[in-house]
Amino acid sequence: MDGDINATAPGTTPPDSDPARKRRVHGMLKLYYGLNEEGKTVDQAESMDPCDINGPHFDPEVYLNKLRRECSLGELMDQETCMVKQIRSLDSDMQTLVYENYNKFISATDTIRKMKNDFKKMEDEMDCLSTNMASITDFSARISGTLQDQHAQITKLSGVHTLLRKLQFLFELPARLNKCLELQAYAQAVSSHRRARCVLQQYSHMPSFRGIQDDCHAIMDKLAQELRQKFRDGGSSAKDLSECVELLLQLDEPAEELCDKFLSHAQSRLEADLLGLEAELRPPLSSGPTAVTDPYTGPARRLSVEPTAGSPTGPSSLNNPFLSPSSRTDILEFIDRGCNEFVSSLCLVIASYQELFVNRPQEGELASKNIPQMAIGKLHAFVDALATRYFSLVERRIQEEKSVGDNSLLVRALDRFHRRLQAVAKLLPGSAVPSQGTEIVVRAARERIKQYLAALQSFYLNSLTDVRQALAAPRLGGSSAGGGSHLGGSATGKDAPASLPELLSTLSASILNQIKSVLASVHLFTAKDITFSNKPYFKGEFCSHGVRESLVVNFIMFVCQSSRQFCESAGDRGGSTPPALLLLLSRLCLDYETSTITYILTLTDEQFLVQHHSPVTAVTALCGEAREAAQKLLNHYVKVQGLIISQMLRKSVETRDWVNTIEPRNVRAVMKRVVEDTTSIDVQVGLLYEEGVRKAHSSDSSKRTFSVYSSSRQQTRYAPSYTPSAPMDTNLLSNIHKLFSERVEIFSPVEFNKVSVLTGIIKISLKTFLECVRLRTFGRYGLQQIQVDCHYLQMYLWRFVSDENLVHFLLDEIVGSTAHRCLDPAPMEQSVIEVICERG
Amino acid sequence: MYQLYFVLQARALTSQTAESDAIRFLVGTQSLKFDNQIHIIDFDDENNIISKSVLQHQAGEIWHISASPADKAVLTTCYNKSEMDAFGLGGVSDTSESRVVTCGAVWRMPPEWESGSHESPDDPHNSHNPQNLELLCHLDNSSHGNASCVLWEPMGDGKHVISLADNHALLWDLTESSTQATISSSATLEGKGQLKFTAGKWSPHHNCTQLATANDTAIRGWDLRTMSQIYCIENAHGQLVRDLDFNPNKQYYLASCGDDCKVKFWDVRNINEPVKTLEEHSHWVWSVRFNHSHDQLVLTGSSDSRVILSNMVSISSEPFGHLVDDDDLSDGEDNHQDEKTKEPLQDSIISTYEEHEDSVYAVEWSSADPWLFASLSYDGRLVINRVPRALKYHILL
Repeated sequence: MDGDINATAPGTTPPDSDPARKRRVHGMLKLYYGLNEEGKTVDQAESMDPCDINGPHFDPEVYLNKLRRECSLGELMDQETCMVKQIRSLDSDMQTLVYENYNKFISATDTIRKMKNDFKKMEDEMDCLSTNMASITDFSARISGTLQDQHAQITKLSGVHTLLRKLQFLFELPARLNKCLELQAYAQAVSSHRRARCVLQQYSHMPSFRGIQDDCHAIMDKLAQELRQKFRDGGSSAKDLSECVELLLQLDEPAEELCDKFLSHAQSRLEADLLGLEAELRPPLSSGPTAVTDPYTGPARRLSVEPTAGSPTGPSSLNNPFLSPSSRTDILEFIDRGCNEFVSSLCLVIASYQELFVNRPQEGELASKNIPQMAIGKLHAFVDALATRYFSLVERRIQEEKSVGDNSLLVRALDRFHRRLQAVAKLLPGSAVPSQGTEIVVRAARERIKQYLAALQSFYLNSLTDVRQALAAPRLGGSSAGGGSHLGGSATGKDAPASLPELLSTLSASILNQIKSVLASVHLFTAKDITFSNKPYFKGEFCSHGVRESLVVNFIMFVCQSSRQFCESAGDRGGSTPPALLLLLSRLCLDYETSTITYILTLTDEQFLVQHHSPVTAVTALCGEAREAAQKLLNHYVKVQGLIISQMLRKSVETRDWVNTIEPRNVRAVMKRVVEDTTSIDVQVGLLYEEGVRKAHSSDSSKRTFSVYSSSRQQTRYAPSYTPSAPMDTNLLSNIHKLFSERVEIFSPVEFNKVSVLTGIIKISLKTFLECVRLRTFGRYGLQQIQVDCHYLQMYLWRFVSDENLVHFLLDEIVGSTAHRCLDPAPMEQSVIEVICERG
Repeated sequence: MYQLYFVLQARALTSQTAESDAIRFLVGTQSLKFDNQIHIIDFDDENNIISKSVLQHQAGEIWHISASPADKAVLTTCYNKSEMDAFGLGGVSDTSESRVVTCGAVWRMPPEWESGSHESPDDPHNSHNPQNLELLCHLDNSSHGNASCVLWEPMGDGKHVISLADNHALLWDLTESSTQATISSSATLEGKGQLKFTAGKWSPHHNCTQLATANDTAIRGWDLRTMSQIYCIENAHGQLVRDLDFNPNKQYYLASCGDDCKVKFWDVRNINEPVKTLEEHSHWVWSVRFNHSHDQLVLTGSSDSRVILSNMVSISSEPFGHLVDDDDLSDGEDNHQDEKTKEPLQDSIISTYEEHEDSVYAVEWSSADPWLFASLSYDGRLVINRVPRALKYHILL
């Protein structure tokens, strides 16, 4: 409403837009009252311009000057009319506003007046209400005043009434208790007594009450006595028992004593079970049948009395009809009995005990005594003590399980044993009993493996004894060379001694079968349906350390070692071990090295899914062991056989007077024997070992003559030796000869084939021959006899060896040495030698 | 290593026991056709020269030789005597009963032998004019059978010898400058079959009152005062026992060897088990000898043509080697630690000598130089070897 505003309005307000104009007006009002939210920018933009007609710094002088300077006359005129128009419209707006405000003020005044009238009316009514309330209060006070006396009287009367009722209850109490006692309603009696007890206690100084109290006490004592009796009898059901205990507890019986009583009572029953078990452990007395059946009657009765036992396997399944009454109960039966009698009774005791003492809702003063803790402690000690005894019995029984025939019984027994202990674990979570049980199972398994190993070892030794006997059995052929003929014919005759290959295959097959069956038996320990098979021991250590190492590997080592012992203990004289056994064992070990060990170990690993946590014996190490054993055995075989032939040769050389011998007519019998024995050894070795490689030899080896030395070389060697200078030459010759021939290793290791074995034996024999010959002195015919003998050996021995030159060389040496040791070296004609040898 | 060839086969070897300056070995040849000889082998260690002189032993082929411990010139031999010669060499021997017997005799070397001895072994004239041994006495007693060896009393005055003949052990007293021999006592081995002593050794311990003998597989000990058996190791070897030797420094220790290719060491106080067994040879072991000074050095010869020198530290009289001298060593040397680690010495094969081409029947340590030994093979080759220098210093220092 300022003049300024009026003057400026026309410059900015567009004449046609009404809402916009209105806003503008509002805006300006706002601006005026400092509420600038919109138009702020405008305000700032315009703020500094003195020509802005709506700006705060508007300067009319400047504005006018500006207009005057910039606009033409016409424009000025238009500007003026426009401004006038705006001023007018502003005026009219103002008027409208003023009018509206006036109207609103009028109506507000009216409303206020009307309110004033209404309040006055209300005030009157409130006054009226307060007077009415005062009168009501007055009336009420008067009524209560009149009723006061009667009310007091009624209260007193009712008090007396209740007192009388209580007194009546008290007076009737002894009778009531007696009645309860008669009816055995112990619970009621106890609750009644409890209600009265405090009162009686309080008024015990009054004689009448005292009497009552005494009566009650007497009765309650009797009741407690009866309850105790009942509790002690124990024959009552669990529910009864628990009630009994509860009542006794309410009668202020000390809980500890009750626990002890309960447990000792249970203990006597469980001990009876244990004694029954122990009776079975004792060696069967003369009255065998009763020893087994007698303990049964007791538990059987009890089991029928306690239907809650709920054992999955009824006692009926125990009475194995197949068991002859005189024999002792087998382990499964034993464990079954232990489970059904002892463990289930124990579970029952634990369960009822817990229900009685541990899990009972505690109320009143009993809660403060912390009974569960004490009770649990007692229970643990009780269970532990009994379980220890039980375990020791079970262990004793398991230890008696020596026979390795059927493992399934033991495993099943252990499984049952273990399974039933889980019930204890469930009932008594903190107990060490189940873990001890698992320990026992683990120990049993370990023991079992040891027993199996021992069984395998004794089986192996027994098999060897059998083989020994089979070898010692007299051969049908009679002659030692007849071994070969049995190869074909042995299958027909039942009594005919088995041939070496048959013995070998039987031996190795039976050993393998035995191992397999043992593995199968041991495998039962890890069967899926066995509860303890998922224990970590049975998953890991049992498989890898127990079965693989302790059982399989140890057995293979044992085989190798026991085989080796044959080489050592037998002594060098040939000893007690028959050579054929050495040969057979060597082949067995070799077979082990090539295939059997790998097979057995793979089988084990597969069956037991062995995961090797700890380092285990490698297959290669075992194979090496076996090969070493095989080599040693074969070497020993060669040594023994060589020694046998050597002894023959040595005796033949040592015992003869070579100086005074007659002209040779025959090959000496001992040489024939040597060839015969060598042939039979050849046959024997051929049965088990392959032929092997020999160096190519001339087609006519048997015909090779000794002319090399006996005529030409020997002539050069010995004939001219009468001249003094000659010996140097002969020595040189023989030395040169030796330079070009390889050194002969006599007791050298042999290869695993026939030729090598025979070569070894022949080497040993011929070398002995050589050394013996060198220790003797020969006459002319002595030398000739040796010549004949050597030619004979030459004819037959070349075919056995890998390199016939070796035989030639050694025989040359023998004849050469003989010639040296001869007083009258006059060799025999080669043709004569041949004739003699061919004649045989 | 020095080699020497003889013309003839030889089995008998000994060192000249009484000689402590010169390295000297005696070798007896074994030939049925020629006059047998005793070769005296001298080894000049400084100049590495071997010289040889020859003495004739016309009595027969020599199977065993041993030198007197007191008199350098006195020795005994066991030799074969063929009585066929009595009927002539004419080859008609089948008509007569010829016999070969082994005898023992004590000989004296002629005093002049050394004068003509400095000839080279290759000299063809070395056997031109050989001198003869002078026979002192026969150790013969026809009722006692063939003598297999003669043993001098160790470290004695050369007055006592024992001869082993078949199953008899005869103790002889030599009197009147060894020209008279009388049997002072004898022991006889009784038993089933034909028992025969194959080897024996006179123990240098216990005042030389003990003798060890071998027959077949058994080793027996005898007390010479009573001529009774004091111990018997039955089955000492799997086969024949070929030789024995006493440890010179440990009185109860005995080495034996035999046809089972083994060398065994025994403590005669506990005869159930050998103390140690060596199985290095691949054929019969014919000879075993302890070194006289350092008994850990054991020499063996075998018919596999090898000589093996073993270092048996664990059972020797100096089991700790140079332990005593260790402190002295550590003062001078920095490698004290190395020495320490080597301390527990193992029994080991020092060396295997393969120079021989034929069976080695005898090995012997020199009596003058403890680091030197000779071995003799059947083809008549004598090889003289030294203990490896490194080992020698190891033992000495």
